[in-house]
Amino acid sequence: METLSLLGSGFITVFQPLNLALVIFGCALGLFIGAMPGLGSVNGVAILLPMTFIVPPTGAIIFLAAIYYGAMYGGAISSIMLGIPGASTAVATTFDGRPLALQGRGDQALITAATASFIGGTISVVLFTAFAPPLAAVALAFGSPEIFALMMLAFATFVGLGGDDIPKTLFSIFIGLVLSAVGLDIISGQPRLVFGNITGFYHGINFLVLAIGIYGIGEILWTIETSRGKIDVSQATLTFRRLIDGFRGMKATIKATLMGSFLGYFVGILPAAGATPGSLMAYGVAKTMAKDPDSFGKGNIEGVAAPEAANNAASTGSMLPMLTLGIPGSPTTAILLGGMVIWGLEPGPLMFVENPKFVWGLIASLYVANLFSLLLNVSLIPAFIWVLKLPFTILAPMIFILCVIGGYAPTQDMHDVWLMFIFGVVGYLMRKLDYPMAPAVLAIVLGPLAEPAMRQSLIISDGSLMIFFGRPIAGSIMAVALLLFLLPLYKAIKAALSKRASGSQA
Amino acid sequence: MRLAELVMAVVMAIFSAYLMWKSAELPIGWIPREGPGGGAFPFWLAAGMLVCCIIIIVRWIRRTSPPSRSSEPYMDKATIKLFVISAGSLGVMIASIHIIGVYFAVPLFLVFYMRFVGHHQWSTTAALAITTPIVSFLFFEIALRLTLPKGYSEPLFYPLYDFFF
Repeated sequence: METLSLLGSGFITVFQPLNLALVIFGCALGLFIGAMPGLGSVNGVAILLPMTFIVPPTGAIIFLAAIYYGAMYGGAISSIMLGIPGASTAVATTFDGRPLALQGRGDQALITAATASFIGGTISVVLFTAFAPPLAAVALAFGSPEIFALMMLAFATFVGLGGDDIPKTLFSIFIGLVLSAVGLDIISGQPRLVFGNITGFYHGINFLVLAIGIYGIGEILWTIETSRGKIDVSQATLTFRRLIDGFRGMKATIKATLMGSFLGYFVGILPAAGATPGSLMAYGVAKTMAKDPDSFGKGNIEGVAAPEAANNAASTGSMLPMLTLGIPGSPTTAILLGGMVIWGLEPGPLMFVENPKFVWGLIASLYVANLFSLLLNVSLIPAFIWVLKLPFTILAPMIFILCVIGGYAPTQDMHDVWLMFIFGVVGYLMRKLDYPMAPAVLAIVLGPLAEPAMRQSLIISDGSLMIFFGRPIAGSIMAVALLLFLLPLYKAIKAALSKRASGSQA
Repeated sequence: MRLAELVMAVVMAIFSAYLMWKSAELPIGWIPREGPGGGAFPFWLAAGMLVCCIIIIVRWIRRTSPPSRSSEPYMDKATIKLFVISAGSLGVMIASIHIIGVYFAVPLFLVFYMRFVGHHQWSTTAALAITTPIVSFLFFEIALRLTLPKGYSEPLFYPLYDFFF
């Protein structure tokens, strides 16, 4: 009951004219960003975060969360109409969305994607509202060993479930953490890693510098390369009749949508997992559950509904650990978390006690953003198809300029702009060699929180690492983290053994 | 691709070693009653980076990672051209911000990129090259009260400051 009254007060915050306008504007912008090939929620949030200093923190996070939500809807548009994922979170939508569009059923695919996103979003927000307060209450008892264990879990998720090359994933985590250590040592106050006393390094490396470098400059360089050549936009005719037919056709997909919603939500909660694996897993499960798995990949509408429901559900799910534990559930929430630190809020369970207006305003805004994303998505489909035709030679320089100014704004130091440029170029070159970039961004956000947690824990235990394993909560989280770290090793050994077995047979 | 994989791993290995050496300038061991020294956290992490690089190099020698087996070029000619133009012009723009400031570097960059890379109409190019700095000025300097770097073009803005503040 208390939750409901808090949620009610959250709605009062959201329905203030400024905040409501920010929600609607954020949804529309998110839809456009999601619809642009290559750009997704994480790029939009990273590039636009410095622009939100103009409004109070509550408005800023509501705006960024609305972009996050809108981008989840928007990603489907380019997946279906171009066959190019609008964002990594919408990769699974191309598998069946593109064949549908080629069969002339693009409108049905778009409507299904929007409706499934809405259902996924709604289910997950309700679950979120129910789970968040008790989880935050439990988390209040966490000390530094528990916090450190949770961070290990976040990194372990990348290693165990990320699916990227393991040494390169670990490298990415390490370099992110090292970069976060640049600047003044938090405990002794001595400068470290200032690279020949360059003054710009004394204030440390702001996480935004790395995030904008990689998700702004690096991403555009990547997209310039991959989107060369002719773009072929499918046609979608939308009439009121076809709209109604599209909604009727949804009945057949309700099972896949519900499955996707719940699966996506729980995958999203896992630290660092996020919406991309959530939607891919939902697609896989929908395929195995279906009566006719062979029709998947050839234009089965369930193959659009499941991943779209899942990516929206996962985006909400990933906010749960961010808000209650201070551990981001996805790269985008990592950037939101870093933003909260800039706004002077301390992420973690205490926020529910100290800043209820902020927390509940954000939660209520998710309900509102979900509804507006659906309305804007369905009514503006022609506008989004126009966006897909926008030449990249206009978009790319505009985004570069936003990156440069956005990199300058937080610290007002040209040193950071150069650093961002270097990160962008090097990040792009490394990404071409399959180095994953998300772990580095997560690490640079978590680094300043992980280091004191580890050092304090070790001071408490007088140097014994057993403190992370001896306490019940920290110990069980660490055990799960270790399992995830060892998962790829187990897989590799198993693969090697089966290879040897089959080799000896032959 | 094979060569690029090795070069990247070796460069990063050298970088890790450099980071370890720099971190070691602060105590990296255990200080009694104070806990781990200030250099310990980055030192051991940089050591981790180095280990990862060594594994990547070993896998390169044994040809077990996908990039070390790929015979595709790391970047083909057209990609190199696009990369050099995009990253290069961006670098030149950032450098010129130091001299002529954001409000002149940005339109020049837009004109270059849209007109000479994208081959857009002069009218489209000019429209964006003129509106972008005006909108940024109103948003950042007026609404956010955030001064963007202006280099030697600073005196040109004095009348505008007088008008708005």
